[in-house]
Amino acid sequence: MSVVRIPPTLRDDTRGQREVIAEGDTVRDLLDDLMTRFPSLEGKLEFANVYVDGEDVRTRDGYDTAVEPGDTVILLPAMAGGSAAESAVHFPRK
Amino acid sequence: MANYRELLRHVKAEIDEVDAQAARELLESAEPPFLVDVRRRDEWDEGHIPGATHIPRGSLESRIEKAAPDRDRPILVYCSAGERSAFAARTLGEMGYEDVTSLAGGFTDWKRNGFPTQVDKALDPQRRTRYSRHLLIPEVGEEGQLKLLESKVLLIGAGGLGSPAALYLAAAGVGRLGIVDADVVDESNLQRQVLHATADLGTPKVDSARAALEALNPDVDVVGYRERLTSENVDRIFGEGWDVIVDGADNFPTRYLVNDASVWHDVPVVHGSIYRFEGQTTVFKPGAGPCYRCLFPQPPPPELAPSCAEGGVLGVLPGVIGSLQANEALKLLLGIGEPLVGRLLLFDALAGELNEVAVRRDPDCPVCGEHPTITEYVDYVEFCAGVQHA
Repeated sequence: MSVVRIPPTLRDDTRGQREVIAEGDTVRDLLDDLMTRFPSLEGKLEFANVYVDGEDVRTRDGYDTAVEPGDTVILLPAMAGGSAAESAVHFPRK
Repeated sequence: MANYRELLRHVKAEIDEVDAQAARELLESAEPPFLVDVRRRDEWDEGHIPGATHIPRGSLESRIEKAAPDRDRPILVYCSAGERSAFAARTLGEMGYEDVTSLAGGFTDWKRNGFPTQVDKALDPQRRTRYSRHLLIPEVGEEGQLKLLESKVLLIGAGGLGSPAALYLAAAGVGRLGIVDADVVDESNLQRQVLHATADLGTPKVDSARAALEALNPDVDVVGYRERLTSENVDRIFGEGWDVIVDGADNFPTRYLVNDASVWHDVPVVHGSIYRFEGQTTVFKPGAGPCYRCLFPQPPPPELAPSCAEGGVLGVLPGVIGSLQANEALKLLLGIGEPLVGRLLLFDALAGELNEVAVRRDPDCPVCGEHPTITEYVDYVEFCAGVQHA
């Protein structure tokens, strides 16, 4: 059982929860369990970086990275937000 | 009781002296002595012997041990004419320094011989006052402040993140601030973009930013680029000798463009991004750590990455993250502390939590990796829309 931190952009899918509990011995099992609990997450998790104990799983064994009970897992997609209020739509094309 | 002349003669008889010629030979030898200038600040500012350490006579006893912890190392001490330095040499001898020599004739005689002198750039009294709280910090000091005054930082965006970053960098005395922003001040900006005021509505942000920053600190030269950063103008703008780039862009195409250009121009980027109650900041330093593409090889599809315009943001959040960005920029400029290279700081305003995750360099990164596959600007809008690029 691990605590998974949900990024703000995915909280609509977790009924607003910032942290949820998921089961699994590997990152893959954990994410599968998460999608079972919150089906609308399907198709969205692959865009998030996954950190186990502060380390990016891509630098370990990817989705096969082992998750120990009690590990904190952080899901982190890129956030664009910054200065202005305009979106990428207005970005001039080459 | 001895008068001054008698006292001086007495002291000079106790200490070792060398003339300017011998002093120069000592200083050019394989093991030069530790050279101490004991004159006043204003005398030092007008010129001194290169390589000297300035410790005014009045602070000599309290400061010499830190400057010269090894009492066996020879010390050569000088003043303007060799009198104050004679007394200083005796004091150092009393403090246990084994080998102390005074320069007879002092700096005056040194100059008369035509030997090299050096005039340091120094802060004028007004700047000493303005930056006094920096000067008191050993890690900054006068040398650091002079460095800041000669530094150039480019800000991408004068909005939520750029506002506090620009204000603090200007207050700190960063000599040149470039600002890239094509927008005008909108009423919905004022909830967080503290560079701009109600009276600035409709004004180009680069103009209201310049007015605010120059009013805060006239030492700062503000260069505005009222344009949107594109593949066409990025080389011109990035090519103007910036030491650090502060990225507070609001969209992914600009983020990836800033990344690629900064890798190719070899300029570190202080990254910040925000959404609702949460923010992230890190430093991408080419050659020393990962780049933005190592962290996020692909942007999420637009429907999964709403902007602040769509999802909102707590007004103070960019204040926190933009200030952290200014902090990182100052550390990079001064070369102090542990910059956030390879570390992504996550701030959660609601939880009141600051977390950190590791960001590693990706050897297969298409831009900064060992065998880059992207070597020129791409169509960033297309790339971020998820369209496969040839």
